[in-house]
Amino acid sequence: MSGIRFSKEHEWVKLEGDVATVGISPYAQEQLGDVVFVDLPAIGKKVEKGKELAVVESVKAASEVYAPVGGEVVEVNAALGDAPGTVNEDALGKGWFAKLRIASKAELDELMDEAAYKAYCDGLH
Amino acid sequence: MSAISGTDQALHRTALYDLHLSLGARMVPFAGYDMPVQYPAGILAEHQHTRAAAGLFDVSHMGQIRLRAKDFATVAAALEKLCPADFINLKPGQQRYSFFLDDRAGILDDLMVTRMGAGDDGDHLFMVVNAGCKLADIAHLRAHLDKACDIEVIADRSLIALQGPQAAAVLIRHAPGSAALTFMQGTALDVAGIPCLATRSGYTGEDGFEISVPDGAVHDLAQRLLSDAAVRPVGLGARDSLRLEAGLCLHGNDIGPATNPVEANLVWAMQKRRREEGGFPGAAIVQQQLRDGPARRRVGILPEGKAPARAHTEISDQNGATIGEVTSGGFGPSLGAPIAMGYVATAQAADGTQLNLMVRGKALPAKVAPMPFVPHRYHRG
Repeated sequence: MSGIRFSKEHEWVKLEGDVATVGISPYAQEQLGDVVFVDLPAIGKKVEKGKELAVVESVKAASEVYAPVGGEVVEVNAALGDAPGTVNEDALGKGWFAKLRIASKAELDELMDEAAYKAYCDGLH
Repeated sequence: MSAISGTDQALHRTALYDLHLSLGARMVPFAGYDMPVQYPAGILAEHQHTRAAAGLFDVSHMGQIRLRAKDFATVAAALEKLCPADFINLKPGQQRYSFFLDDRAGILDDLMVTRMGAGDDGDHLFMVVNAGCKLADIAHLRAHLDKACDIEVIADRSLIALQGPQAAAVLIRHAPGSAALTFMQGTALDVAGIPCLATRSGYTGEDGFEISVPDGAVHDLAQRLLSDAAVRPVGLGARDSLRLEAGLCLHGNDIGPATNPVEANLVWAMQKRRREEGGFPGAAIVQQQLRDGPARRRVGILPEGKAPARAHTEISDQNGATIGEVTSGGFGPSLGAPIAMGYVATAQAADGTQLNLMVRGKALPAKVAPMPFVPHRYHRG
């Protein structure tokens, strides 16, 4: 298992061991515009695949971020508290939201790889 | 992530539609129009540029209407029967904020009215109304305005707004006559040789102008204004954050048929003679509200944390009792913090009162705060 995977709801996930780092895609941050606040989950929260993990707020609106895989929150990106714009600047890197200890690696198989996700986004226009 | 927008309805386009696309705007449906919500700079940068220099807004979706009668007194008296402002005593070139009221003193729409004074078009009233209400407003005028008045719906003019501390310096280069206008004044004016109507007003809290331009000339005028280094295009996203920081109401959110002007803190827009004499729809309710005080009031709200509280967020008191609702809320880029306005029970409406905002099941502390959140910088002469 290597590389980044994407959900149809525009979250990404990268797996290291059994810990998945989760964020939103460059396409998602572009659609949102300037991010001004991220409501991150509590450490220890258990979330199922497809359920609300976090809320990201742009100037205009609040949007839910869904867990692309199920698991238990083991770390959140507290740096977003003072610098929510990092989500716009580096969505796939420093703009990550949370790390989850995942329950099932099989859930990742249902997600898209980079090429499939790019084709999916191109089809949205 | 949850979806952000989407509709397949056929949308109207303003005369600046192609310019918006060429500038890289993201277009969204708004009040039946395909409008720019932001340009590539983004809402934060567009907002800050308007506060620092000048922003150019396309507000051509709004309704422009002329009202005429045999003389000014007749048309002013007729409009006073539908709105609680003093129009009879408007001086030529003077502009006033007002609203159409229903029989329960509910606010059908808010609007700007200018006495255009004696010129080629005669002494008449020029009115700008909200995009989402304009068809209802026109029907309302046709049904209820004294038949001695002529109602001209202006369908061949665009409306642009140039707002910000550099707006006057920019416009003066194209229209020297604009320098003579002060806040809430308007006149017929040639801008770069184009016959326009300009008022020194806007929806940002900054000095600036709203300019009514013939559709065929607006693309050229917009490009001329944008060629100035001080001017950048600004979309509806920043228009909303700018007006919220300025404490200005958005009809449909902060005011509407279910709110009256007294609880909406708009008593200042009902001049003394009108408040005393009445003679407009809902006058008895307005007078009763003024006498007894309203049960609730529109107030500014500053959340203490960083989380924005959006429209319809429940407001509760320190004991957990519901006392009102947020009507507009978001992030104030000039403050770098969330801001909101809403209605609370009058007992909790004093500045500094502690409140809780119920955001996603959590009680976020907030307090009642004076508006505007950012001081107005109008040119009062």
